[in-house]
Amino acid sequence: MKLKKMGVALLAAGLLVTSVPAMADLMFPVLSYRTGPFGANGAENADGYLDYFALLNERDGGIGGVKVQTPECETEYKPEKGVECYESTKGNGALLYQPLSTGITYQLIPKVTADKIPMLTPGYGRTSSANGKVFEYVFNYPANYWDGASVGVKYMLDQEKGDLKGKKITLVYHNSAYGKEPIRTLEELSKKHGFTLKTIPVDSPGQEQKSQWLEIRRDKPDYVLMWGWGVMNQVAISEASKMGFPMDKFIGIWWAGSENDVKPAGEGANGYKALTFHGVGKDFPIFKDIETHLVAKGKASNGGKNIGTALYNRGLYFAMLAAEAAATAQKIHNTKDLTGAQMRDGLEALKLDKARLEALGLANFAPEITASCENHGGSGLVAVQQWDAKAGSWKLVSDFMQSDREVIDALIKADSEAFAAENKITPRECK
Amino acid sequence: MSPELLNVLEVIINGLLAGVMYSLVALGFVLIYKASGIFNYAQGVMALFAALTLVGFQTGQIPFAHVINTIFGTHLETWGPGLPTFFAILLTMGVMVLFAYLVERIVLRHMVNQAPIILFMTTIGLAYFMEGFGDLMWGADIKTMDVGLPSGASTWFETMTAGWATEGSNYPGMYVDMLDVAAAGIAILLVVVLTLFSQYTKTGRALRAVADDHQAALTVGISLRTIWVIVWSIAGFVALVAGIMWGAKSGVQFSLSLIALKALPVLILGGFTSIPGAIVGGLIIGVGEKLFEYSIGGMLGGATENWFAYVLALFFLMFRPQGLFGERIIERV
Repeated sequence: MKLKKMGVALLAAGLLVTSVPAMADLMFPVLSYRTGPFGANGAENADGYLDYFALLNERDGGIGGVKVQTPECETEYKPEKGVECYESTKGNGALLYQPLSTGITYQLIPKVTADKIPMLTPGYGRTSSANGKVFEYVFNYPANYWDGASVGVKYMLDQEKGDLKGKKITLVYHNSAYGKEPIRTLEELSKKHGFTLKTIPVDSPGQEQKSQWLEIRRDKPDYVLMWGWGVMNQVAISEASKMGFPMDKFIGIWWAGSENDVKPAGEGANGYKALTFHGVGKDFPIFKDIETHLVAKGKASNGGKNIGTALYNRGLYFAMLAAEAAATAQKIHNTKDLTGAQMRDGLEALKLDKARLEALGLANFAPEITASCENHGGSGLVAVQQWDAKAGSWKLVSDFMQSDREVIDALIKADSEAFAAENKITPRECK
Repeated sequence: MSPELLNVLEVIINGLLAGVMYSLVALGFVLIYKASGIFNYAQGVMALFAALTLVGFQTGQIPFAHVINTIFGTHLETWGPGLPTFFAILLTMGVMVLFAYLVERIVLRHMVNQAPIILFMTTIGLAYFMEGFGDLMWGADIKTMDVGLPSGASTWFETMTAGWATEGSNYPGMYVDMLDVAAAGIAILLVVVLTLFSQYTKTGRALRAVADDHQAALTVGISLRTIWVIVWSIAGFVALVAGIMWGAKSGVQFSLSLIALKALPVLILGGFTSIPGAIVGGLIIGVGEKLFEYSIGGMLGGATENWFAYVLALFFLMFRPQGLFGERIIERV
């Protein structure tokens, strides 16, 4: 009996040791999805995210000498599971959440605000959370959906020698809050530039899109923009190429710009374009470090098979933003152990200039970022990438372009103020 | 003809072809329901699993490589260049037969005489197990399905129908995807083979006997277990065909299991026990949803197809609760 009790006690102690982190560790829970319909995309992103932190631990001994922990929790891209993951991990000293889902983001906004744990949603989530006066704990730099819509139109303007009058642009979108995000911006831009906008929704998951693409074939728009995710992208690109729509006039948002989206369409996807807020490929010094410190030691996620893909690079970039913000917070508060509120200060004081990017082995990988108490959305610089089916790779075909701040800032102000009024939030003063 | 009329015709033709794709999935449900009274929730996942397995054999992927690598620190990926498509299909069929055997041996055998809802819930468990098992076995990444089927617009049809339009209308011709046409041909062949099999073979007659009355079939010496293995094997084969067709459209990925959602209104409309019902139901749903989207969808904000298919099926249910071709069950007290 005594032995049995001792065994139970030892087991409990063992569990305690393995499940509770050392207090000094910096906790970045990873709300990822590797299973289900969106698992292929989620896995690539998570691999990049985990590898960056693993690299910091291996190469630099963590952030400011403090090791980083990245406990993974599977959300299956479902809001309810995302909330479960948040609730089960927030008590372990969580410093930041990046849920990689607009649906989960919407659920977590009130929770992270109440718990004073920041959330960073680069390129997704609630667009108006760029207003730091209203959304104290939510960030979405370096770019948001409205920046994407604006730069998409700007790129078309460049292609059409600055004139879109009389042109027809069709938006094919995932029939969800995410897919509807750019509509308001595009409506404003259509008034400003004189093009005709048509919106065509696709119900999730989007495996059957014949009606939508027959409609596009009949309408013959000059450009098609796509706000899709998962199988919707693959089917849309495949249908567009089969129907002979010119692929260089088909531009997807960054969530429709991964290798997974174009490969099933084979050669037909050649020339397809997508927006991006970071670089493509593996031609950056950091990948040598990943090879040396992770791949060679067998420590890379998934055996390193996703390294250099669009979504892997994005995950890596997301982790880099988090790590840089944590390092900034350590400096501001002169402490190695951080709290959520201190991490928020680090995110607000983040300054990522060219020199710093170069020092990180990511020279020219992404535009500079200067965040502030007021500006949680970054600069909104976005580029266009194009798929080369023969080479099986993306290449940037434009510089990072500035979104139309005149239109977007007004929309962000209106939407965030409406949110503040609805939720009885008094916008804070930013000095 | 006016371009407007030709547009309607194009929508109808594409609706019929889409309907065939839905029918391919519905057929698997019907086969199992007919023979065992089980609504097989796992049919969509079976299509996914079959497609994953086929691509795995074609590309020479080592099953469970990810698990092996994680445990032993190896870097296994492929065992070679892969099998030619024909052999890969044969081998996949073998895997689906083995799967059917295991389902009977491990699951169904213990469920004899259980209520239909228990059997249904068992298949839900089976679906989730298979999805996870497929993930472990072949990985979650998106794979390209290429079995040499034609794909893309039929230029011959486009040119021919362009000539039907009123002169000067600049009509580009009707669009049909060769992959959809191939799917229609394969579906027709599948129905003919299944019908001949069930009408003219000894096993087929045994299947029908079991479908009619389990008890009576048992009394004349038909082995219920063998029949279940055969039926699940055939449903596995149908799942493979559906997996190939849908996988060729969108790549082989885990959302493929959701194609089952497209089959449900077809089953409601066509009846759960009729093979021709699955075909006719699919055609009606395909044409109905596409025509509705074309004519009224725009006024309602679009994306009407998913819900309209169910509205259409429910409308038919009001007049024929057993579906168009389903068996009318009258229970007298």
